[in-house]
This record gives sequence, C-alpha cells and structure tokens, in this order.
Amino acid sequence: MSAVVNTSAVEVAGASKIFNEGTANQVDALLDVNLTIAPGEFVSLIGPSGCGKSTLLRLIANLLEPTQGAISVNGKTSAQSRLDQDYGMAFQQAGLFDWRTVSKNIELPLELKGWDKKKRAVRAAQMLELVKLEEFGNMYPWQLSGGMQQRVAIARALAAHPPLLLMDEPFGALDEMTREYMQGELLRICAETSTTVVFVTHSIPEAVYLSNRVVVMSPRPGRILEVIDVNLGSKRSELTRAADGFFRSITSVREALRGTHADHVASTAIRGVEDR
Amino acid sequence: MKTLDRVKNIATPFVFGVLFLALWESAVNGFDLKPYFLAAPSKIMEQFLNNTTRIWEATAVSGSNALVGLVIGTILGIAMSFILSRFRFLSQLITPLAISLNAIPIFVLVAVLNNMYSITSEIPRRFMVTLVVYFIVLVNVARGLTQVSSIQVELMRSYAASEFAILRKVRVPNAIPYLFTALKVAAPASVITAFVSEYFGGLQNGLGSRITSNIANSKNAAAWAYVLGACLLGLAFYTVSIILESLTRKGQTK
Repeated sequence: MSAVVNTSAVEVAGASKIFNEGTANQVDALLDVNLTIAPGEFVSLIGPSGCGKSTLLRLIANLLEPTQGAISVNGKTSAQSRLDQDYGMAFQQAGLFDWRTVSKNIELPLELKGWDKKKRAVRAAQMLELVKLEEFGNMYPWQLSGGMQQRVAIARALAAHPPLLLMDEPFGALDEMTREYMQGELLRICAETSTTVVFVTHSIPEAVYLSNRVVVMSPRPGRILEVIDVNLGSKRSELTRAADGFFRSITSVREALRGTHADHVASTAIRGVEDR
Repeated sequence: MKTLDRVKNIATPFVFGVLFLALWESAVNGFDLKPYFLAAPSKIMEQFLNNTTRIWEATAVSGSNALVGLVIGTILGIAMSFILSRFRFLSQLITPLAISLNAIPIFVLVAVLNNMYSITSEIPRRFMVTLVVYFIVLVNVARGLTQVSSIQVELMRSYAASEFAILRKVRVPNAIPYLFTALKVAAPASVITAFVSEYFGGLQNGLGSRITSNIANSKNAAAWAYVLGACLLGLAFYTVSIILESLTRKGQTK
C-alpha cells in the first residue's frame, strides 16, 4: 500500500515519556527507547507490569505524545499516520459497541473514513469471513462468547486494511484453549493480509509463538533490555509449541526478563515452562 | 413450565391484592369503622363509578400539568446535559447546585410562585414539575454522556474521529439507556409533584385539591375515589415510559 519498500513500518527514535512532569505524581514511564520494525514483521513487547509497554504502543498510535524523541509510522509522523488511519488497534477488552450489530461494529472505522453503505457492507462481510464469523453479522456483541468478540475486534481493526496492527494484550482475558486458538488465527490472518503487528503481552510463550522478534523491557522507567530474534520459521503450527527452538526462545526471553544471560548461566537446562 | 411461571408471576400479586381488599372490606364491616375514619373498598368503588366524569376532569388537569412539565423538563434537561458534558467547568459549578436542590423539598417553592403569578394560572405547578424533572434528567443523561468506556474513546481517537463524531457515535448511544432510567423515575415524580403542588393554593381543579376538599368535608370515600384516580394516572405515566424504553431496545436485553 502506501509503504515504500525501504521505509520501516515503525521507527521509534530516542523516545521517552514522563507523566505529570514536575509534580509529586511524576512517573517516568519510558526512557530513551529506540526500535525499528520492518514491514510485515511481527514484534512483541514484553515486560513486567508497569514497564511502559502499553505506553510505547500508545506512542506509536499517537494516542500519547512522547516527552522526548520522535516516532514515525510508514515514513510519516505518528500524528499524520493516525489521521490517515494507517493502523488498526485492538485492546484486552474487545471494546465493541453494544448498540451496534457485529457487522456495524466492523463498519465503524469505514464509516469514519466516509465509505458508502454498500462498500462498507461488502467489506464487513469479507472481514467476517476472514475471522470465520460469517453467520454472526446480525447478532449483537453480547450474544457472542469472549473469544468471538475478540475476533470481531480484530476484524474491526483490520477492516480498513491498515498496513499496521497495534494490539494491547488482546488475548489476556481469554482462557488458555481459546487463547492458543486465537494466536493461530491471528498468525493466519496476518499472513493473509501481510500486516505488520506490534503486540503487547505479558505471556512469554505467547510472545515467542507469535513473533519474529521479542522486545524485552525493564521495570519502570521502561527501557529496552534486549531484542530477541525468534527463529521458528514463518509457518507456525501447533507442532511449533513442542519444538526445541520454541523452548530455547522461551528460556532466552525469561533470562532476559530476569536480567541474566544464557552465556553466564552454567546450565542452560530448561526450567519448566510457565503455562501462559 | 415457562407459561406456568408466567401465570404464577401474574397470579401471585393479583391474589395478594384481592386478599388485601377483602381483608380491608371485612375489617371495615367487622369492626364497624365509621366512613370518616376509613372507607370500605366497595364504597370507594361506588364513589369512583358515580363520579367518573368529575374524576376524569380533575385527572386531566393534574395529568396535563404533569405532562407539560415532564416534556419541558426532559427537553431542558437533555439540552443542559449536552452543555455540561462539553464544558466540564460548568458541570463543576452546577452539579453541587443540582444535588442540593434535589435534597430540599422544592415543592414549597410553589407557594412562592403562586404569589408571583395570578391565582388562576397553571404556570406555577407546571414550572414545579419542570424543575423536578429537569434535575432528574440532567443528572442521569450527563452521566450517560460522560461515563463512556475509555477503550471506546481511545478507539475512536485511533480512527482520527472528531469530538463531534465521538459524541454522535459513542456518547449519545451510551446515554440513551440513562435517559430512560431518568424517565422511569421522572414520570411518576412528575405526577406526584403535580398533585402536591396543588396543596399550596392556586386553582382548585386538580386531583390534589379535590382530595383535600373532600377530606375537609368528611367525604372520605369520595377522597379515596380521587386517590384511586391519582394512582391510575401515575401508573399510566410509568407504563408509557416502560413501553418507550422497550421500543428503543428492540429485543436487546442486557
């Protein structure tokens, strides 16, 4: 689409964010974050609670302004890319509108772009097909299960075919089985639509399973401790979850989170995998 | 099973009501209570049926006062809630006033208003109803306009939506259930206010005045017949607000 081949999808340069600067409630949320994400990449942000990963996501989305530094999305300023609706967004709560049917929820970003009714309906039907909810277009959100609602939220985020998808713990409220199913679905959808994804999570296996790279962040003030490449190939399946490489990557992420490196630890034996 | 439940739901209060009336009737007859102390339901019904025209006229007066106040109060309340939700500093100024006005029995203001207007004017009572309804609607709708999900607002901002688009697509739909909650409270309140306002002088043509004058003349059963009219009027207002609400919900229950 608008992304030129050599332009990075997201470019964060020396970004810091301080809330309530100069008051007693000052919070240094982010400190000097540098991150470049290539088009089509799937990057997870992981770290303890309060490490500023959601803040970083909101800076990219231009829902917050950085205190210092600059952010560009698809070669434009983040403000311009928000105005151009260059990205879609999904949160932990599906955030669907109860008074709109599933289809009308998906059409919302298109309405705001000024699409006509017919074009919107066609796209909504396509998106429902993509998330495998064809029969549910005329239902209301509260008639769907949590996993289905989250799929509608993803369909809505992707309805305008944005080149970038920003997700803030989108599967955090789902049970383990639904969560793993949704992870597979997300990878399928992103592969079909060649979307770049920035994904905030606090689950190590989730980050590893989904990502090309995992960005490990420190507790407040949030800094990038390490960026870990996950070499599990582009085609991932349920078998990936049992692969040696999967466990090795989980161990690397965990050690990065603890601030110890695999090289410095005598035994690299796997210490048992957390269940989420 | 379900129809049985429904029958039970309707039959239980009905049977209770009939038993209550029977108990009342037999108490009046059994203890030989004088009509000026407590009238028997049968006597009240008799009075009601004999005076339907007069009761209807009085009901129409109180009812139209309540209705006019309800409509104007609702419109003004909605308009003000939009202004307050747009300008937060105004809401900080007005909210304490609204709360304190709700806390005092503002009916008494009608006495002052009766002095200001001619004794034959309906305006003081209608103004009173308007005032009561206005604050109920204002407080509730303002809440509906401002207490929206932060996720939904962030989402709209991520779509580069204007404040007006957020108002139209998020705040207003969110406020509609709040409006109907307000109307459910305001509808019976408007009737009550219309009655009570009549106790403070002015025209003597409404239900409230008729109840007082009948009691003053020891016509207890007739007074009760007007009370029955008042109950029916209050119920009618409440029923209409419930029907309006169910129409807007179109089968979605939550």
